[in-house]
Amino acid sequence: MDLKDLYRDVIVDHNRNPRNFGRLDPSDAHADGHNPLCGDRLTMYVSLDDDQIRDVKFEGAGCAISVASASLLTEAVKGKTKGEVHALFEQVHDLLTKHDANVDLAKLGKLAALSGVREFPARVKCASLCWHTLHAALERQAAAVSTE
Amino acid sequence: MSAARPLSRTSLDVAAIRRDFPILDQQINGKPLVYLDSAASSQRPRAVIDAITRYYERDHANVHRGVHTLSQRATDLYEGTREIVRRFINARDTKEIVFVRGTTEAVNLVAQSFARPKLGPGDEILISGLEHHANIVPWQLVCEQTGATLKVIPITQDGEIDEAAFHQLLGPRTRLLALAHVSNALGTVVPVKRLIAAAKKLGVPTLLDGAQSVPHTRVDVQDLNCDFFCFSGHKMLGPTGIGVLYGRESLLQAMPPWQGGGDMILSVSFEKTTFNQLPWKFEAGTPNISGTIGLGAAIEYLEAIGMDQIAAYEHELLQYATERLCAVTGLRIIGTAKDKASVVSFTLQGVHPHDIGTILDTEGIAIRTGHHCAMPVMDFFCIPATARASFAFYNTFEEIDRLVDALEHARRMLA
Repeated sequence: MDLKDLYRDVIVDHNRNPRNFGRLDPSDAHADGHNPLCGDRLTMYVSLDDDQIRDVKFEGAGCAISVASASLLTEAVKGKTKGEVHALFEQVHDLLTKHDANVDLAKLGKLAALSGVREFPARVKCASLCWHTLHAALERQAAAVSTE
Repeated sequence: MSAARPLSRTSLDVAAIRRDFPILDQQINGKPLVYLDSAASSQRPRAVIDAITRYYERDHANVHRGVHTLSQRATDLYEGTREIVRRFINARDTKEIVFVRGTTEAVNLVAQSFARPKLGPGDEILISGLEHHANIVPWQLVCEQTGATLKVIPITQDGEIDEAAFHQLLGPRTRLLALAHVSNALGTVVPVKRLIAAAKKLGVPTLLDGAQSVPHTRVDVQDLNCDFFCFSGHKMLGPTGIGVLYGRESLLQAMPPWQGGGDMILSVSFEKTTFNQLPWKFEAGTPNISGTIGLGAAIEYLEAIGMDQIAAYEHELLQYATERLCAVTGLRIIGTAKDKASVVSFTLQGVHPHDIGTILDTEGIAIRTGHHCAMPVMDFFCIPATARASFAFYNTFEEIDRLVDALEHARRMLA
């Protein structure tokens, strides 16, 4: 276990200066995420053009891994369709949890900086909280649309 | 500025004590283990591990059952521990010592068997803002079941009970006062004797959650004058899954059984069952015999060292840790009560407690991070979590130095 592998420069930078941080107003959907084990709380906001994420922001407080992961997420998903976001989450999830994962690091871009997390199983939930929260926001948006 | 490491004024031979704890002699992530999480669960001395092994290798059978030799030995060891516990907390009689799974089960037993039959709408249970979830949720459940109301004594910025508010909240509707003796999240020693005396004047029964006090200070339930006292084995060098409910005999006698089954009965027919006497009325089923015997060995180990000696040395550790941690830039100690057990909860500016926990672990240092099962305490201080270092008499001043060095490292890395 090497700490430098977990707290890479990209992670430390995104924790100190999170991108797309704040409330998105107006937004098409938002959801709250909470990790009771360590007290991480965040809210993800999205606005959409049909199926495509036009803008995404987050706010909240948490550990360096959860804040940096959320910040990296916002940069990665902007402009992507829901299907593309879902596929990306699967790649990130494999990156976080599987040693033998067949993950194309080049495709992940900056998100690849999270690969050190898999050596720290207690921290996987920190890194994945924002993805689950975004998923919930997109689901809710879909549900809201379907009722209209 | 680093403080000069004090010369301990107590006569504990900590090096020898540490040799009694096999688990302490190991490397974690290539560094000697520094175990500063005893408030979550303490470690076990060889004497406890050996007592359990010896029991399983030589003496195991079911208790209170057979006429054969092993059953008699197991029963003698099990009931012998009841007397060890009675003496340890100075209860009047072994009838007042009920073995349970832990503090949590003890509180639930009192909530369901003592409080529930007495409660109705308009009645109040009084707890404090310092409580562990184990002394909150059982009362919420019983309030939901009966229509009673849970009242909470507020705490101050130092993490002490607001005594003026306590006297306002304690009243004719109060049916029970249930308090932590020592706060697990902050280390505050609650002036329970004073608070119990006030409750007694109004005839209000009292329960103490002693999970964090029993390992660190001499407890005398007659001197405290509480009606119920709950504690766990695993925080005081004993096994997990064993704990004690002390209850005043007259109250326990009047309480209905909590769980039904074997051991808690005298006779059973389909028409009528006669319940067993105290304390077995509350011990349905085959008990945790090995755990109980381990608890007895733990108490004997603590008594051989001396609770007063332990308290004095741990106070020196607390003072040294407080002084050194205060000197770390950006570190804020949460919980600054005048009277504290050897627990230091803190935050570090720019470094989340969870990150502190991970970074310290790579240095071989075990601390607790999170809400410490006391989310209302975190809410009061408007923080999601703290890092908590808790000390036992097997810890050293050198280990506190290593904690401080590792925190400086964490700060340089992330803040």
